[in-house]
Amino acid sequence: MPSFVESLRCKECARTYPVEALHVCEYCFGPLEVAYDYEAIAAAVSPERIAAGPATIWRYADLLPLPTPGGPAKLGQSQHSAVDLGAGWTPLVRADRLAAELGLGELWIKNDTLNPTGSFKDRVVSVALTKARELGFKVAACASTGNLANSVAAHAARAGMESVVFIPSDLERGKVVTTAVYGGTLVAIDGTYDDVNRLCAELSGEYPSWAFVNVNVRTYYSEGSKTLAFEVAEQLGWEAPDHVVVPVASGSQLTKIHKGFEELHRVGLLRGSDPPPVRVSGAQAAGCSPVATAFADGVDVIRPQKPSTIAKSLAIGNPADGWYALDVVRRTGGALAAVTDDEIVDAIRLLARTEGIFAETAGGVTIATLAKLAASGVVRRDERVVAFVTGLGLKTIEAVAPFAGPTATIEPTLSAFAAAFPQE
Amino acid sequence: MPIIRIPTQLRTLTAGSGSVEAEGSTVAEVLKALDVAHPGFADRLFDGGGALRRFVNVFVADEDIRFADGLDTPVEAGTVVSIVPAVAGG
Repeated sequence: MPSFVESLRCKECARTYPVEALHVCEYCFGPLEVAYDYEAIAAAVSPERIAAGPATIWRYADLLPLPTPGGPAKLGQSQHSAVDLGAGWTPLVRADRLAAELGLGELWIKNDTLNPTGSFKDRVVSVALTKARELGFKVAACASTGNLANSVAAHAARAGMESVVFIPSDLERGKVVTTAVYGGTLVAIDGTYDDVNRLCAELSGEYPSWAFVNVNVRTYYSEGSKTLAFEVAEQLGWEAPDHVVVPVASGSQLTKIHKGFEELHRVGLLRGSDPPPVRVSGAQAAGCSPVATAFADGVDVIRPQKPSTIAKSLAIGNPADGWYALDVVRRTGGALAAVTDDEIVDAIRLLARTEGIFAETAGGVTIATLAKLAASGVVRRDERVVAFVTGLGLKTIEAVAPFAGPTATIEPTLSAFAAAFPQE
Repeated sequence: MPIIRIPTQLRTLTAGSGSVEAEGSTVAEVLKALDVAHPGFADRLFDGGGALRRFVNVFVADEDIRFADGLDTPVEAGTVVSIVPAVAGG
């Protein structure tokens, strides 16, 4: 069975491991990454082969960590091979009105609110559960700030797997309901996300027959975020943007978007012979900004924080990939910034008003950070910029509800309307 | 004595046991005693400079020791000290 995966490899000490449900180096505790045979991928892939694939993340199966029965591009075209609700291939929209407001030139929004459960998590979960099922797991589990909960519950239902989802008990109602409806087990924990995550890290040792997508299957799961970069490049005609702005929770998505552009270059899919100099900037909420704080302080050590922000989907005070995200931002000449809850709400409304895209609070963090970096000159007018908006506004309706109501409430009569809206 | 929760990745050092006891009044002392009783822990948990490795998290009674006094965080008899891989979540 053809596969381009060679092994798992520790990102810290380079020890290699078999392709199993492992996420941590047994020696140094460093994260494991999937190691591919890039020469073989380069020989197999082409823009045409990808374009002939499905309009989902599975068009990039050659660059995902899965076995490839009957040829990689076939994966995802049959529900028997991939756990697939149709994640990915979301619109990349030119955002001229928002660009004008922010004083930018060529700005694009990757509108990843349009995934099956309304966030980019469908990408990583589709990869994780496809791999988990292949490895023989019957139960899908996760620690979640909400979006992942939705996605794991939905994909598990689709795959006929059991799900056990752990969330902080103070999550938005919208994210609780949209997880529970799929019928799995939903466990609310009295604590922060970091408490939930620590519990799941310990539980995964005690329940080895469960696939915790962001613990023991995290090595595969996180690879799904590369498809954000793959799609952006393909949608730009196989060119990389100059600058991307990405929300940062654990830091995984940011590092994998960067890795995605690098891989496209490595396998020869990008135009041009030089590695793409994509600047990568990160967005955090001021109430949970361990990575942005380390960036501002010019230090390498990420000090954990106790989160307090309306951007609950980014409220990870102890980010697993924080150090790597910081490293990518510094190496690429990007920046990290943090924005207040008021700025987040204003940015959600700005994006909705200018571009017709309703983002959840994490999207507000991205747009508010973009505004801040544009104002400070870090994001430049002469750059082709892509901002990643990765979750749907209906999930966190509480954030904008006080500012978004009827313009007027009137009786159903012409005179009432005329009184409320007098003509010039 | 304090009780130490061992992650699966390190249970080869404790003959498969997920929980062991070790003497000490601080996290540093307990982890040192752990290494004496089960040689190999120090090498796995600490870097060359004697600090905890970047991807090792330690919790005392479910609280990250970085919110307390780090390796000097006090522990008592019966206190649970958990060693947890940092790479999870998100």
